Amino acid sequence: MSVEAREARQPWILLSPALTAIVLLLVVPLIFILVYSFWLRTATGADVAGFHLDNWQEALTDPFYRDILLGTLKIAAITAVVCALMGYPAAYFIARSEGNKAILLLLLMLPFWISYIIRTMSWINILGVSGAFNTFLMWTGVISEPIQMLYNQTTVILGLVHFLLPFMVLNVFVSLDGIDTNLEDAANSLGATKWESFVQVTLPLSLPGLAAGGLLCFVLAAGTYITPLVLGGPRDAMFANLVFEAIITQLNWPLGSALSLMLLAVLGVLVMIYNRYLGMAQLMKGLG
Amino acid sequence: MGGMGWHLIRGWAILVYIFMFLPVGVVVLLSFNASQFGSFPMTGFSFRWFVELANNDAILRAFRTSIILGLLTALISTTLGVLASLALVRYRVPGANAISTLLIAPILVPEVVLAVALLLFLNVLGINKSFALLLFGHVIFTLPFVILVVQARLVAIRRDVEEAAMSLGASPMETFFQITLPLMLPAVLAGGLFAFTISFDDITGTLFWKPGGVETVPTQIFAMLRNSISPEINALGTVMIAMTVGLPLLGAAVARKISRNSGA
Repeated sequence: MSVEAREARQPWILLSPALTAIVLLLVVPLIFILVYSFWLRTATGADVAGFHLDNWQEALTDPFYRDILLGTLKIAAITAVVCALMGYPAAYFIARSEGNKAILLLLLMLPFWISYIIRTMSWINILGVSGAFNTFLMWTGVISEPIQMLYNQTTVILGLVHFLLPFMVLNVFVSLDGIDTNLEDAANSLGATKWESFVQVTLPLSLPGLAAGGLLCFVLAAGTYITPLVLGGPRDAMFANLVFEAIITQLNWPLGSALSLMLLAVLGVLVMIYNRYLGMAQLMKGLG
Repeated sequence: MGGMGWHLIRGWAILVYIFMFLPVGVVVLLSFNASQFGSFPMTGFSFRWFVELANNDAILRAFRTSIILGLLTALISTTLGVLASLALVRYRVPGANAISTLLIAPILVPEVVLAVALLLFLNVLGINKSFALLLFGHVIFTLPFVILVVQARLVAIRRDVEEAAMSLGASPMETFFQITLPLMLPAVLAGGLFAFTISFDDITGTLFWKPGGVETVPTQIFAMLRNSISPEINALGTVMIAMTVGLPLLGAAVARKISRNSGA
């Protein structure tokens, strides 16, 4: 074999284990559940292979599934917006701070490393009936009986924001940090106020980072399984809880497959729209 | 910079920091509470919940499972990830963009969907809920993170050092083991640590894949939450915080030391 041919083969040898793993453990399984979603579940428990639209019909037309899907998307959207409102100024502060940016950023990223289940349940210590907030309010005499503040949609969103905010801050920071500050100075010297130069120069240039952070927050929030179980009430189930219910509890695998793919399709469309306009490179910057 | 606007932004940022750290701080505070309830008021300072934790067999078993799973995941994921990163950084691969997208696809697929697909597919192949299924699952969703982290660091290694070694007579093998690998070590360690931490922290996929009776630390905490917050959970939280925050910081320090030594 010539040297060139060997050179050309080497990267493929290096890539093959990872590509094999992804294809066998992700791509093929996804294709498999697409096929599975057309199978039929029978009373005996054995699933019948075939091409039946029953599961899809149920998943797409049953108002129960539709309402929970819409509710899930709503929660994900609110979470992404709250993350943006909280995270953008914080990222701006870190990017424009005269102190040690690396330390400030690392500090805000620290919770990212702390166990998700611990961070989620930690809110029970704050908002629970005998949590910090109630104890404080009773101590100051504002209330005489503890109030139940937990187990509703607001606390689910709160938990999600706490979980996802670092993703937003990191993405916006990467974007802001890459902007030449001379541009803002130039705008100012041409007569723009600080606010005007922010709105007309900095903000538009940082939009890709904001969009990347928003997409990540939205997609991760929409796929959440644990947060509604820990911080939500009985009526706050999200779509992933339905999938778990169908697959693990009811063992209705064909329907569970259809529901999974429905979620994947909705989120996939969003990722594709994002990719079309901004490209994956921006997303990778904030993740790496 | 100065002015009213900047003060507002700084105040807002401080509030965001408090928001991020307050709940975590309260977990640590309550884990030292002498009271038998896992909540306020604080009745005294005590290590008793850590002692109870150390004697809780279910939690110790969960720790062992999580650590073994995390180490194996890190080993496999880092090996696959480093090889793939080398290919993408060092060679001109046709279709590199498509390959990169495919390699990071597990991040873009919601974890529930990934969990369902893998569970159902491997079940048809005869692999039921088992440790092996858990391991496969953890490898697949840690792999993209390893690739992103390792790739970012590999770019920084200069190629001419290797070329110098080769021109001085080292074989490609010698060059790899004596030059490239030591230079890559911080990237490899960072990737492995990232994989371990993500695996150790995972709960959603794990709940789909774990066989009955097997618990990892997060699923064990989740099971304990069903009752109410016990002081033991807070103590466990403190241990986890110390581990997940302390370990990467330690790793970063070690990696910096290694890279400084090999750079000298």
